[in-house]
Amino acid sequence: MKIELTVNNQVHTVEANPVSRLLDVLRVELGLTGTKEGCGEGECGSCTVLMDGQPVNSCLLPVAQAMNRDVRTIESLKDNHRLHPVQDALLQFGGGQCGICTPGISLIAASLMESEPDASRERIRTLLAGNLCRCTGYQSIVDAIESALQHGESAS
Amino acid sequence: MSQSLRSSIGQVTPRVDGISQVCGAAKYVDDYHMEGMFYGRTVRSQIPHGVFESLELDDAFDWSDVYVATADDLPGPNHVALICDDQPALVPIGGTIKHFAEPLAVIAAPTQEKVEAAFLHLSAKVTELIPLFDPQDSLSKKIVIHGEDNILKEIQFARGEQDIEQALAACDLVITGDYQTGAQEQMYIEPQGVVAWWQHETCFVLGSMQCPYFVHRALKELYGLDDDQVVVKQAVTGGGFGGKEEYPSILACHATLMARKVGHPVKMIYDRSEDILATTKRHPAQIRHRLGIMADGTIGAMDVDLLFDGGAYTTLSPSVLSRAVIHACGPYRCPTVNVRGRVVATNHPPHGAFRGFGAPQCTFAYARQMQKAAHKLEIEPEEFHRRNMLRVGDVTVTGQKLKESVASEKVLDAVLQQAREPRPQVPSVGNSSNVARGQGLCFYFQGSGFSGNRESVIKARLSVAAMADGTFEVRSAATDIGQGAQTIFAQLAATELGVQLSSIVICNADSSRVPDSGPTVASRTCMTVGALVQQAAQKVREELQRFAAERPLENSGLSDIAQVYCVEHGELEHFVTFEPDPKLNWDAATFSGDAYPCYGWAACLTEIAVDLDTYEVTVERLIHAIDVGQAINPMIVKGQIEGATLQALGWALCENVVYQNGQIASGRLADNVIPTFVDAPEMETLIVEEPYSSGPHGAKGVGEIPIDGPAAAIANALTDALHRSFDEVPMLPERIAELVNQVGRQGDRT
Repeated sequence: MKIELTVNNQVHTVEANPVSRLLDVLRVELGLTGTKEGCGEGECGSCTVLMDGQPVNSCLLPVAQAMNRDVRTIESLKDNHRLHPVQDALLQFGGGQCGICTPGISLIAASLMESEPDASRERIRTLLAGNLCRCTGYQSIVDAIESALQHGESAS
Repeated sequence: MSQSLRSSIGQVTPRVDGISQVCGAAKYVDDYHMEGMFYGRTVRSQIPHGVFESLELDDAFDWSDVYVATADDLPGPNHVALICDDQPALVPIGGTIKHFAEPLAVIAAPTQEKVEAAFLHLSAKVTELIPLFDPQDSLSKKIVIHGEDNILKEIQFARGEQDIEQALAACDLVITGDYQTGAQEQMYIEPQGVVAWWQHETCFVLGSMQCPYFVHRALKELYGLDDDQVVVKQAVTGGGFGGKEEYPSILACHATLMARKVGHPVKMIYDRSEDILATTKRHPAQIRHRLGIMADGTIGAMDVDLLFDGGAYTTLSPSVLSRAVIHACGPYRCPTVNVRGRVVATNHPPHGAFRGFGAPQCTFAYARQMQKAAHKLEIEPEEFHRRNMLRVGDVTVTGQKLKESVASEKVLDAVLQQAREPRPQVPSVGNSSNVARGQGLCFYFQGSGFSGNRESVIKARLSVAAMADGTFEVRSAATDIGQGAQTIFAQLAATELGVQLSSIVICNADSSRVPDSGPTVASRTCMTVGALVQQAAQKVREELQRFAAERPLENSGLSDIAQVYCVEHGELEHFVTFEPDPKLNWDAATFSGDAYPCYGWAACLTEIAVDLDTYEVTVERLIHAIDVGQAINPMIVKGQIEGATLQALGWALCENVVYQNGQIASGRLADNVIPTFVDAPEMETLIVEEPYSSGPHGAKGVGEIPIDGPAAAIANALTDALHRSFDEVPMLPERIAELVNQVGRQGDRT
């Protein structure tokens, strides 16, 4: 069936099975390959996108459920040529190594800047507990997000 | 104008490939799409041991656009080239299945959906054989599945004037410990995957991998091709940790075979479950360690017997065992040693490379032993370490005289000094007030780079080229798998050339564009390959400076000179090849001499809390001092240390690879739990720098060492907290509960 999706402020009409994973529609139909698949079962969080500002695992979400919702992927985080403060902080603190978990974590951190700008380190860890990183030991990511929350726009 | 640039060595510099990563623009293998591409999947055995009788295709299914490849489609020898050629690319019909999830056939279809549907409509007909799982049964030849005696590799060496039994008998105290450590899954977040295609008689592979030239060699042998008929390109790789060292060769064999049959590109990406079930893991180990101590607290003798479960094929087990036996006695002086290591075959999926490569298992055993010795002697563990630790001028158990770069004292001092500082914010320990606390120390070391004369055999090669646009390209086969190789190479080249970091281009690890710089393994990339980057850059700089001296260019920067040079002569490329250090001698037959060019030194101190209702362990403090010679980029070094430390904590406390009848029962991420954001402690990481004279700016390896020690530090802390002897990895809550509730072991404080 034809499905209308709003992704990164653009309206797309795609031909898809309503139970197709949002992840596949984003990656294959729309070519938005910044959203990654790490496990396909909602465990690793690499496929995280924001839906109406809330993080969701796009590998578990039938695309039909994303209709009439505002979907944001990593490709939308950068403002023209300017990195989002979260992206900049991840770079400065070494919060990404292999980079496969980085898009999902960046999106959650960006949503955190809107929803909980005063989050403590412990709170940051709790909110990101659904996103696995095997490279960093997490500390540099927490450092980066903490800095982005503290410095906001000035970090970039 | 000559450029006056501050060297970036020792400076925090963001990753040169970082922007594409944080923007989601970095292209991993699954992000590539090729016109007319087919999707492939591997058909695997569902039994651990048996005979592959036939492949049955369901007649009711529409097979018209599905291709099936078996061993019959292979044009040449059916093996995946590595150390031994005992592993087939696909089990042939009539051949022996040696482990669960062993590849039997490959199928491909134009869509992922079709290949998944086809997968459900075929089955392998097999005759089961009695399987062999227990390494002890393998040793006693209960069933023989490999060679004449199941032994994949055995290494034995001894040092000292005395026989080991006499030496132990002469000691005032002998501590005998039996240790067991479990398998561990690398669990890189990006699963294994490749895209393969053929053009005329040339075979192309793009994939997630650590070692493009391992894949290159495997394909050359599989198809009988020449060097330039195989092109292997690394895609941006989402983590490796050893797991993408040898395995991608197998996947590339399958995908190329299918692409050859279909006549279209074929993409094969494992799903998480297939990746966990089929690919290599850290070797499970059983270690008996006998430690003889003199009354004055010095070590008199050590006898170590290692038994590793190699799984069904040799893979890299001989190299893993080599590193294991060299590290088995730890960073201590000891006049008499006897070490025997054996890797035996079982019907488990093959075990292979994982960060640490045999050292974590041995470190766990010796670090527990030293803790027990200190306790028996009634001295502080650090005092015991100081009495026995190797220092400059000392001789290791392989007979290597340590001439430089020994930071044994420094790392121990560093953690103890840090421990006197207030600790960072402590996470809450559940809701329980019923908590036991303990502290544990592990002092350890790891050889940097390859052991023995392996580098002399590999003869790593790379080049640096000056380009027409004034940039300089580093052309090496060393891969960035997240560890920061590209950034380190850019820093080394920029510093040597005296140009901006942005003037350095790191060529993709593509076998048609870069020479074989050896595999990206063994903590050798910065130390060994990085030194070659420096040498090649130096050659380019010197030639450009000579060129400039003859022209009105003396005061120009090297980028400007390069542009003028290239107009006159075209690109300037200088190759360098690894030259062995003539001062290093190694005898592989007796395992004696200079086992490694240098060693990294480390100490880890942990404070833990055990919830006595749930037996969950919270790491309240973790101080880790690692000697890296010279941190080229402290941010990257810190990231390597913290990442490896958490992998070690996972191995110690929660990662449990469960085998049931030869099948991995923990075949999902939900079952094979790795630490999350909330499981990770706030780590206090101390970078210690004791330079190595042949490393670039003094740098040694850092990739592996920090994974070796934390498990023993945790076990020592648990022992301190609960007065039981924790001698097994992983230390799951149920195992802790079992030990605590065991009657008759009360008061064992060691």
